[in-house]
Amino acid sequence: MANEVKSRNAGKLDAKIPDGTLSEKWTNHKFQMKLVNPANKRKYEIIVVGTGLAGASAAASLAELGYNVKSFCYQDSARRAHSIAAQGGINAAKNYPNDGDSVFRLFYDTIKGGDYRSREANVYRLAELSVNIIDQCVAQGVPFAREYGGLLDNRSFGGAQVSRTFYARGQTGQQLLLGAYSALMKQVGLGQVKLYPRHELLDIVIVDGAARGIVTRDMETGAIESFSANAVILATGGYSNVYYLSTNAKGCNVTASWRAYKKGAFFGNPCFTQIHPTCIPVTGDHQSKLTLMSESLRNDGRVWVPKQAGDKRAPNEIPEDERDYYLERKYPSFGNLVPRDVASRNAKEMADAGKGVGSSGKAVYLDFADAIKRLGVEKIKEKYGNLFDMYKQITDEDPYKVPMRIYPAVHYAMGGLWVDYNLMTTVPGLFAAGECNFSDHGANRLGASALMQGLADGYFILPYTVGGYLANLKADKLTADHEAFKEAEKNVKDRITKLLSIKGNKTVDEFHRELGLVMWDYVGMSRNEKGLKHAIEKIKEIREDFWKNVKVLGENEELNQSLEKAGRVADFLELGELIAEDALHRKESCGGHFREESQTEENEAKRDDKNFSYAAAWEYKGDGVKPKLNKEELVFENVKLTQRSYK
Amino acid sequence: MERTLNLHLKVWRQKNRNAEGRFVDYEANNISTEMSFLEMLDVVNEKLIKNGEDPIAFDHDCREGICGMCSLFINGRPHGPKDAITTCQLHMRNFKDGETIVIEPWRARAFPVIKDLIVDRSAFDRIMAAGGFISANTGGAPDANAIPISKNVAEDAMDAAQCIGCGACVAVCKNSSAMLFVGAKVAHLGRLPQGKAERERRVIAMVNQMEKEGFGACTNTEACSAECPKEISMDVIAMLRREYYRAMLKTEE
Ligand SMILES: Cc1cc2nc3c(=O)[nH]c(=O)nc-3n(C[C@H](O)[C@H](O)[C@H](O)COP(=O)(O)OP(=O)(O)OC[C@H]3O[C@@H](n4cnc5c(N)ncnc54)[C@H](O)[C@@H]3O)c2cc1C
Ligand code: SF4
Ligand code: FES
Repeated sequence: MANEVKSRNAGKLDAKIPDGTLSEKWTNHKFQMKLVNPANKRKYEIIVVGTGLAGASAAASLAELGYNVKSFCYQDSARRAHSIAAQGGINAAKNYPNDGDSVFRLFYDTIKGGDYRSREANVYRLAELSVNIIDQCVAQGVPFAREYGGLLDNRSFGGAQVSRTFYARGQTGQQLLLGAYSALMKQVGLGQVKLYPRHELLDIVIVDGAARGIVTRDMETGAIESFSANAVILATGGYSNVYYLSTNAKGCNVTASWRAYKKGAFFGNPCFTQIHPTCIPVTGDHQSKLTLMSESLRNDGRVWVPKQAGDKRAPNEIPEDERDYYLERKYPSFGNLVPRDVASRNAKEMADAGKGVGSSGKAVYLDFADAIKRLGVEKIKEKYGNLFDMYKQITDEDPYKVPMRIYPAVHYAMGGLWVDYNLMTTVPGLFAAGECNFSDHGANRLGASALMQGLADGYFILPYTVGGYLANLKADKLTADHEAFKEAEKNVKDRITKLLSIKGNKTVDEFHRELGLVMWDYVGMSRNEKGLKHAIEKIKEIREDFWKNVKVLGENEELNQSLEKAGRVADFLELGELIAEDALHRKESCGGHFREESQTEENEAKRDDKNFSYAAAWEYKGDGVKPKLNKEELVFENVKLTQRSYK
Repeated sequence: MERTLNLHLKVWRQKNRNAEGRFVDYEANNISTEMSFLEMLDVVNEKLIKNGEDPIAFDHDCREGICGMCSLFINGRPHGPKDAITTCQLHMRNFKDGETIVIEPWRARAFPVIKDLIVDRSAFDRIMAAGGFISANTGGAPDANAIPISKNVAEDAMDAAQCIGCGACVAVCKNSSAMLFVGAKVAHLGRLPQGKAERERRVIAMVNQMEKEGFGACTNTEACSAECPKEISMDVIAMLRREYYRAMLKTEE
């Protein structure tokens, strides 16, 4: 690996990073990009798939500029995209608290938090734009939390030493999304955006090497339809559901990105997935999703397990000296506040050693008894009341009296479609924004930074870069009877017919669960060569079995939820293998990717900057053929690479 | 502690918009009290599929009470027997062994059933497109702290902004009125200084669209607020009325 020729900016993988110093790049680039004449904008059609923070903000902003926009989502309303579930907050380098924040500090924290696997120029731009986002959202009526003086309130979040997180109670994602949704709906009312809810993208259409449209399925009638455009933006969210259980919504899927991958868009760093340490544990095979509880709980809760493996006593019966507060013991300076990946891995280690608690043994305690003693019930109620209520609602246990049980869960995908500085994939005219691109978070995302990225992409980057792309094109119209559309439609229909005709004996969910278990056990928080190779074989087996044995009832020409799920799981069964391949090739540990073979003496993730300081961009070469690895070397000119330590 | 339940379900089945619907009986056995209501339906559906029967279609996505996609009238109450939660947050421990559970879709003229328990709520989106926004195009917004907003005002706006657009208020109302939903948006935006410039236009456009969609009038029964999973207060309806009359007077002048 080390001897391989460096391929920075060579061939297809040109990141198109503008010249100039970090702080000049975006300004220069905006000036240098060609503009579309205002009178010509209405001649262009733009498709935006996804109505989360990234998609809704992009569609609204492009429509405001005068482009004709079509917006798609699989839910019944654009307002329901999974961005709605984000609780904690959104970062911005406003420095309102006067505690030393700056664009450079936010940039630095994000690069470092991402364990030096992201692109400096993009991350700097993200930090720069963060301040505009807050202004925009306030103007739209997002009711952020305020202080008594009427100014905006901030709180601090993991991985940062300054208070830069803006929030709206525990519903920040909801309020930001409703803001973007309202801007979108205004454009719908004006006729500038046409909305297609309950429409699922099933293929992307390429004409003369550029993205020119999509094929969708109307989820109520089953109609397979083509839509043409001059540019296509994917803002279709993350792929954590490849693990079956995750904090994502049930419908979250990789289908759009996966179709793009198969049509020539490279897939970046698929193995960079994030596991969140404080979720409510699984209760049984019926479990359909996992619920996250805010990380802020770790500010006052103490994590522990019984010292003795197999100790089944109730928590209150286990005396102090028979408890292991393992985070405090192993990481005396950070204690319970170690980063997400460290906290998660340690919980799994405890469970694997037989010290897990609860009926499944797959949980650890998060105990508030000391905090309650120290601060009083009232104070704890004020700080965490709604989280405690939610916990009780789900588990029927009272965390004021017994310790909470928590366990890690898959939460976020840093990996995704590889994009250049303009957020364009390796397919001209095909853009990717929000969680579905390989994003600015490198190998690990800091809390409150995904919302920021989604809105930066949609409000402030795509309106410029899509324009820059279109300015170089003729505004020609394609009709959907072009051959390429016909062919894509046929492929989509054939695949649906195939799924419906197998009539096997296992349900889609059974396959999804099987895949999820393999992913969690071997491609989860802690990975090694043997396990990854095993996973690759297992996933192949499950996939073969799926195409022989899946049972999908009903027909295409109706609302058919089994058919919807089957298509998504079929794609996950391919993505899973690519994640494992990527994890296998990246022999270093970094951020959320922990390779057991690469750890420090203190069992911490050990990066290998000499050999792996690149973004892996996988190129599809055909079914059953190994994908090709392309590398974007990462160049760090403004930060010094250091090894994390939380001891 | 975990127990298991055996339940009788009466579920509304309807093939599509135009088909006639009817109740069908199902047995749900060995249901863990740890399951959520939707997980119970998942289990029933897995069994139906295994037996070659069409699974029950129901809307859902986040399964944590925030997207507003899940619905269901359960034993005569939207989102089931517990207050202040959505169907996806309802757990089976709230039911008794041997109980019969009647499961229906939202029923309202403006929300036609499209399959089984799934209805078409796009009328809500059209109301929002008519006026549920503050016109602030991207770019050019003043600094976020340029206009201080008192904490109380921000909190009041947030109370109303919590609406998840689920439609339970319409479903429970004997008139199928959408006043709580519309009021929540009018109150959220109208309480903030940023929303004042368009207040007359907004309220008139939203109310007109609401009427066009076939939602009924409000007769102050207050069932909507009582059943709202986000506990949106009746105050928003009072505010909607005030804003509407004020706007009518102003535009007449
Ligand atoms: C529980 C939870 C809490 C979080 N909390 C925070 C937080 O506090 N702060 C933070 O910064 N980040 C947080 N995150 C992460 C953040 O919310 C997401 O990364 C971000 O919102 C993703 O936005 P998006 O626009 O990229 O995608 P999404 O909001 O997921 O939207 C995806 C859109 O694509 C559409 N779509 C998908 N596939 C298809 C298809 N095939 N056809 C048609 N349409 C399709 C969907 O309908 C949807 O409209 C959290 C995430 C979760 C799960
Ligand atoms: S007001 Fe309440 S019941 Fe009505 S749509 Fe909003 S959240 Fe649902
Ligand atoms: S499924 Fe999202 S609110 Fe119930």
